[in-house]
Amino acid sequence: MREKHIDPIHDPIAVEQEDWRKRQIRNRFKQVLTISSPIFILLLWEFLSRTDLIDARFFPPPTKIVGTFLMMGTSGELFSHIGISLYRIFAGFLLGVIPAIILGLIMGLYSPIRHFLSPLIMALMPIPTLALLPIIIIIFGVGEVSKVVTIAGSVFFPVIINTVAGVVNIDRIYLDVAKNYGADSKNFFFKIALPGSLPVMLEGIQMGQAIALLTIVAAEMMGANSGIGYLIWTSYKAFLLQEMYVGLVLISFFGFLFSLILRGFQNKLLPWR
Amino acid sequence: MAAKISIRDLTKVFYKKGSSMTALQNVSIDVQDGEFVCFIGPSGCGKTTLLRILADLETPSTGEFTIARDKEDRPLQSMVFQEKGVIPWLTVEENVAFGLKMRHLPKNIIKERTSYYLAKVGLDKFAKIYPKDLSGGMKQRVSIARAFANDPEILLMDEPFAALDEQNKFILQEELLNIWSETKKTVLFITHSIDEALLLSDRILLMSSQPGRIIDEKVVDLPRPRNMEQVRADPTMAHHFKDIWNHLHNEVQNSRE
Ligand SMILES: Nc1ncnc2c1ncn2[C@@H]1O[C@H](COP(=O)(O)OP(=O)(O)O)[C@@H](O)[C@H]1O
Ligand SMILES: [Mg+2]
Repeated sequence: MREKHIDPIHDPIAVEQEDWRKRQIRNRFKQVLTISSPIFILLLWEFLSRTDLIDARFFPPPTKIVGTFLMMGTSGELFSHIGISLYRIFAGFLLGVIPAIILGLIMGLYSPIRHFLSPLIMALMPIPTLALLPIIIIIFGVGEVSKVVTIAGSVFFPVIINTVAGVVNIDRIYLDVAKNYGADSKNFFFKIALPGSLPVMLEGIQMGQAIALLTIVAAEMMGANSGIGYLIWTSYKAFLLQEMYVGLVLISFFGFLFSLILRGFQNKLLPWR
Repeated sequence: MAAKISIRDLTKVFYKKGSSMTALQNVSIDVQDGEFVCFIGPSGCGKTTLLRILADLETPSTGEFTIARDKEDRPLQSMVFQEKGVIPWLTVEENVAFGLKMRHLPKNIIKERTSYYLAKVGLDKFAKIYPKDLSGGMKQRVSIARAFANDPEILLMDEPFAALDEQNKFILQEELLNIWSETKKTVLFITHSIDEALLLSDRILLMSSQPGRIIDEKVVDLPRPRNMEQVRADPTMAHHFKDIWNHLHNEVQNSRE
């Protein structure tokens, strides 16, 4: 074999390695960018508020909001507000998502049912569930049930629409395969329609989650005496703006958290993507 | 001996908003048990339609067909689809077991047959993997294993190797012949490759351009096991090749006029 002197500049591995390092640095930089925007806004806010460039009564500095949060936390009352809101969100979410998935799969698989129910869904969807809150309270009373139903109602629509779309858009060839290999309707449902529509369905659930948060705050502002929305509303009315901000930040935090959890679910449930 | 598959005067018309199109016209075929039959014809001549009718995915307009049943608990037919027939949300193993699971066979039989055919097509190491990580050739192996594992009375294959590169095609053709020679299933196989038809089949049916009819047949009596070299070296096969080539050429010309 011939000895070959490898010039470091012309060593192909070294060249690719250098290229790879540069890509890594660029990716790291992008991650830093993603984290830096909220930090930058918080710092700017803190600075402007502390230097009275913006009115600290309306925009209290973030550090004060954190202080208020800790104070409210020690009294324990804050956590009962958080707890009751989370309970309503979860119960309403499940009550909306489960029937939406089942009905959506049925509508997706059986076109006569789809044609029969589609106009109803289309007609009901644009009505904000919040606008129905008075009627919901008349039917379900002023207790927890009415809040849970309100959330369920607004989560239901994005999930059912995405589930139907998910089933309808399953490549025809998989339906042919299932038919050719003798799948019965139970197998069509659980082996083809459900997994095949799952990616699109999960996008709908992600949307439903965001809508659930929007709805709970508004519903608690309108007709409740507990919960994060109630906290925001009463703090605002009493001009306790730091307390109000605590409520807003909590909502933002839970929205972010739920999104992350659902993304995690998505990766677990769709290993085949 | 009664035919395994008997097709009588099968006609399929596609009708849409006042215009109709005859895809198949008076197709009559008898296929013997254990026979490997290839269909060759210009594209759009109704080959896929014919197989889909036999697969019960489409209904004939007129005419009829029967597939003889040897064993009571066997499915009549299983199809190997052109491509993309592997279900992406099932693992390789689950795909191969699909037909058996749909028929609710006992777990141990499903397991046994699945692993037998997985090994047969060399995918035993990939059993737990999802199809997204497989090459086109490996996906078609899954499709073939799924069809054979289902142990149907007859097998239907619609250009299963059309999307593969030349090398992969050769390997898969050989593997298919191997599995087939073990089971001696009756196979209907669509292809547009004359070489492939000569290598695989006992008989080649030539179809006309649309509306599709069977207009000629070639008996391929080259002894088995065969390989491509033998096919290429045999003067009769060379003759067949030229005939079929001319036939296709003419049919494509006809359809342009
Ligand atoms: N579902 C359908 N509706 C209308 N026309 C169809 C349908 N399926 C096939 N065809 C038409 O029938 C003819 C034969 O199609 P096909 O069987 O796929 O041909 P091949 O497989 O020989 O290329 C084509 O002209 C095709 O457009
Ligand atoms: Mg075709």
